[in-house]
Amino acid sequence: MHNFNYAQAQNIGEAIEFAKGNESAKFIAGGTNLIDLLKYNITTANMLVDINHVPEHHLIEEKSDGGVRLGAFVTNADTAYHPLIESRYPLLSKAILAGASAQIRNMATNGGNLLQRTRCYYFYDPATPCNKREPGTGCSAIGGYNRIMAVLGTSENCIAVFPSDMCVALAALQAVVNITGPEGDRSMPFADFHRLPGDTPHLDNNLKTDEIIVSIDLPEKGFDKNYSYLKLRDRSSYAFALVSVATGLELENNLIKEARIALGGLAHKPWRVEKAEDFLKDKEPTMSNFASAAEMILFGATGFEHNSFKIELAKRAIVRNCMMALNPESQQPGAQPSL
Amino acid sequence: MLDLPQIGQPVSRLEGRAKVTGTAKYAGEYNADGLLYGYVVNSTITRGKIVHIDTNAVKEIEGVIEVFTHENRPSLAWFDMQYSDMDAPPGSPFRPLQNAEIKYNGQPIALIVAETFELARYAASILKVSYQGESFETDLYNHQNEARDPKKGVATLLKPLPPKPKGDFEKAFSDSAAQVSAEFVHGTEHHNPIELFATTTIYEGEGKVTIYDKTQGTINCQLYVGNIFGLHFKNVRVISPYVGGAFGSGLRPQYQLFLSVMAALQLKRSIRVTLDRQQMYTFGHRPPTIQKTRFGADSDGKVNAINHTAIGETSRHEDYTEVVVNWANIIYPAKNTILEYQLLPMDVSSPLDMRAPGGSTASHAIESTMDELAHKMKIDPMQFRLINYADIDVSENRPFSSKELRQCYIQGAEKFGWAERNPEPRSMRRGHKLVGYGMATGFWEAMSIPARAEAVLTREGKLRVSSAVTDIGTGTLTVMTQIAADELGLPLDDVQFCYGDSKMPFAPIQGGSFTLATVGSAIKVAGKALRKKILKKAKEMKNSPLKNASDGDVIFERGGISLKSNPDVLISFREIIVANEDKEIKTTNMSVPNVFKLKNYTRAAHSAAFVEVEIDEELGTIQVKRAVTAVAAGKIINPKTARSQILGGMIWGISKALYEETISDHRYGRYMNQNLGEYHIPSHADVHELDVIFVEEKDEIINELGSKGVGEIGLVAMAPAISNAIFHATGKRINKLPIHFDELL
Ligand SMILES: Cc1cc2nc3c(=O)[nH]c(=O)nc-3n(C[C@H](O)[C@H](O)[C@H](O)COP(=O)(O)OP(=O)(O)OC[C@H]3O[C@@H](n4cnc5c(N)ncnc54)[C@H](O)[C@@H]3O)c2cc1C
Ligand code: SF4
Repeated sequence: MHNFNYAQAQNIGEAIEFAKGNESAKFIAGGTNLIDLLKYNITTANMLVDINHVPEHHLIEEKSDGGVRLGAFVTNADTAYHPLIESRYPLLSKAILAGASAQIRNMATNGGNLLQRTRCYYFYDPATPCNKREPGTGCSAIGGYNRIMAVLGTSENCIAVFPSDMCVALAALQAVVNITGPEGDRSMPFADFHRLPGDTPHLDNNLKTDEIIVSIDLPEKGFDKNYSYLKLRDRSSYAFALVSVATGLELENNLIKEARIALGGLAHKPWRVEKAEDFLKDKEPTMSNFASAAEMILFGATGFEHNSFKIELAKRAIVRNCMMALNPESQQPGAQPSL
Repeated sequence: MLDLPQIGQPVSRLEGRAKVTGTAKYAGEYNADGLLYGYVVNSTITRGKIVHIDTNAVKEIEGVIEVFTHENRPSLAWFDMQYSDMDAPPGSPFRPLQNAEIKYNGQPIALIVAETFELARYAASILKVSYQGESFETDLYNHQNEARDPKKGVATLLKPLPPKPKGDFEKAFSDSAAQVSAEFVHGTEHHNPIELFATTTIYEGEGKVTIYDKTQGTINCQLYVGNIFGLHFKNVRVISPYVGGAFGSGLRPQYQLFLSVMAALQLKRSIRVTLDRQQMYTFGHRPPTIQKTRFGADSDGKVNAINHTAIGETSRHEDYTEVVVNWANIIYPAKNTILEYQLLPMDVSSPLDMRAPGGSTASHAIESTMDELAHKMKIDPMQFRLINYADIDVSENRPFSSKELRQCYIQGAEKFGWAERNPEPRSMRRGHKLVGYGMATGFWEAMSIPARAEAVLTREGKLRVSSAVTDIGTGTLTVMTQIAADELGLPLDDVQFCYGDSKMPFAPIQGGSFTLATVGSAIKVAGKALRKKILKKAKEMKNSPLKNASDGDVIFERGGISLKSNPDVLISFREIIVANEDKEIKTTNMSVPNVFKLKNYTRAAHSAAFVEVEIDEELGTIQVKRAVTAVAAGKIINPKTARSQILGGMIWGISKALYEETISDHRYGRYMNQNLGEYHIPSHADVHELDVIFVEEKDEIINELGSKGVGEIGLVAMAPAISNAIFHATGKRINKLPIHFDELL
């Protein structure tokens, strides 16, 4: 870990000021990812701007358009257990609680969750080449141990996975990310926030280094009747998803009025295929319809030496999770498979 | 409670409160005036030479005191012998900072000493090292054909090489009514105790140090330090009061000890060197192993042919061996055997004993093969074990000192409900889930070694017993206190067990489940000697009512000595001390196992594990829903700490079967998941109902306590029981551990 300066911002303006024009400044929220990255010398920062003391953006509140706004500095735990989230967006609550551990969720913030970095082993080991860590050095995961890597949206430069659970639900819910920075405020649909690796694998998302996430908006529709989050991983808790699925269904007269299906653990960003969701519209919620949707979602997936299983697993997980969404009460703690 | 013997009581850990409230101090938590901090720099290449280490830039940083490398380390002991230790395999022990040669990835190449830990760590991150790399090999599987026989050495005494072939295996095998052959592949595992490796060396003046070290052997480290640095043993004191788990990783002195002492002596300052989690992957590990089995049984279900071969990884500098192939024929009495064990040196650090070394590896191969054979012959797996029950050890042609394995099978099966098992794979279901029942036999040798103990009747009339032994978290402090208490019939509060200090009487390294028998026996010998001395004093007292009493006439109870024939006669220990001019009464004694008697017996703890798994048929996810382990390990001194040992072993078995693996990238020769986030062990959500049964077992041969250790036996049978249950649930036999759920898709 290298030495750094530390500044505590008392308001958003100050935070922006501290970081302005300083490529090597980092905002620190819960620190659950950033501190590890600093300790492993993956990230260096000459300045840590502590945004935890900013008085705004610590609330979860209803908006006038019927939606709900999540403050960026609210912890993952407080979000998951918030009555508004538990009642109106249980899918989000479940996804958050499927992630990390209770201790980490108590520290981790909503803003930080969107910005956590990949768990690719090579990314965390400075002794190995990695295009994400050091552009141009090569990708060790291709041709290396790639069980946890992506099968969708990969590039020849990087096959890393974006590891968040929370974001899979946010993608399914079509959240909007609110940002502020030296050049003012802007908002971004969730689908546009994270990037595919392409030939810029060092960029995880479209946030500029001196911008701050201030809140995340959830649209009114929360799929609180028929939802499910399923997370398949190497142990039942405290492990990242190999495959995860967030499903929200709106049913009417036993027909699907609207479907949302987002996948985690498979790509450099939460994966959604609108064509598949459209396909389900006005269809019966049957295993075979879900299986057809699953085929569409996994279309074009290509496995690597150790992770081809993810393709079939994801298809099965989609079908199961959609069936679980029909019976949300059957769901197990830890987003484990049920039925 | 007063007169109940302490042995056999479920006493809670005496140090439990100190540990859970954080007042227990570990090796890396001791302070000294002007303490310096060391941080180790590790090689990032696997094999080759260091061309240059640019220490100047780092030395210029204010607060950095020194950078030790192979170029400026002090000249030290010359011979391999001097770097040896109680657990050193044949070969030349690794010497930190010896020269420019890199032998394995992660090898320590420099120690940075600074005024703070953070500064030392920072300096380490900017230290520029240039290497000249050479080609290397770390992939065991791809080089199997280069395996060779292991060298023999002192370590071979405790880890015997395989017995010679017996009968005519090939003929017996081909004539068998049923045959099974299989290959089993195990990867590398790391011990990963929660307490990090740390050494705090307190510089006490010229040639004198007090060392707080994370170790499983205080005297082992004392001798190591004394030999290498040419110090008088009496000037080297190694203390290890608490150990936050070790599982074998502390059996040998680790490089932070060497570096910390070296720096302290050079700088004449006290210094602490703490390794971080990643650095725990830079020494010692359970070696990857490839095993092959061919078992044949005749038509009545008797196994008549056993061929078990294993190839284990070792380093290029030492021949680390495990006992892998010797077990099968002790457990199952086949007449025709070929048992072979070979090593394959790779460019890695020397492997190191890890909980149930060899045994937990072997049992997976043996017990899965047996399970498959039972399946082929359509015999219930437990019935099959009973048909093949060994009443004597045919591999050595000698009886067991005791063996209640049959009761383990019977009582374990009863408790588990084994009778409910439908023999057909994939036949049991619960909703979407396939249910499988599996079982396996466990075996672990019960050893004991000479040790000394001191017993003192203090001026307060209380008992103090001491031994240099450590308590690696197994409950040693508690059980030794119990054993000691019974020697003088005292309540636990009146007994103090002092341990974890090389100044105390000799104890060997703590491992192999032999501590209880070894140190416990020493305490019994010392206790007996102390009773004699106390009685002698009591008899010499003026008007002593015990004047004419002999050993058999008295009872040590109620804080003193009473007469059997007249309980009203009681001389308190305090009175005896007063008569002794207020001086304590003391004795130090050695216990030596009676090898001449013991060698006529095979001595082992046994177990049977029964497991239920639930597997999602479409998604493959595996859960170990419940497990029962029945253990026969002689007299159980403390059912509570013993049960904890078995539970811990069972959870470890779940880990071994389903989660635990060190991932290697052979292109780099590096381990890739060097942290507890990615090195998976079971979380609470992975551990469900676990049950332990201790089967009554009387052993009058093994030692005076009649007790066998329980540190490893809980682990041995679990992984195969789980993989057998997975076979029963799914019809799939996965012989590579850990079993990933996607292999069941
Ligand atoms: C062992 C372990 C296991 C985990 N398992 C899971 C899991 O299973 N599923 C899962 O989803 N997550 C998991 N996590 C990740 C965890 O959810 C994230 O680390 C956490 O959400 C990050 O939030 P934070 O507030 O701590 O961010 P920090 O670590 O403080 O920051 C992360 C990054 O975001 C930036 N940042 C933070 N807040 C803002 C903001 N408001 N505006 C702009 N930039 C900002 C920081 O500069 C930094 O670059 C795990 C983490 C660990 C350590
Ligand atoms: S997958 Fe991406 S993060 Fe991993 S090594 Fe390749 S470039 Fe680096």
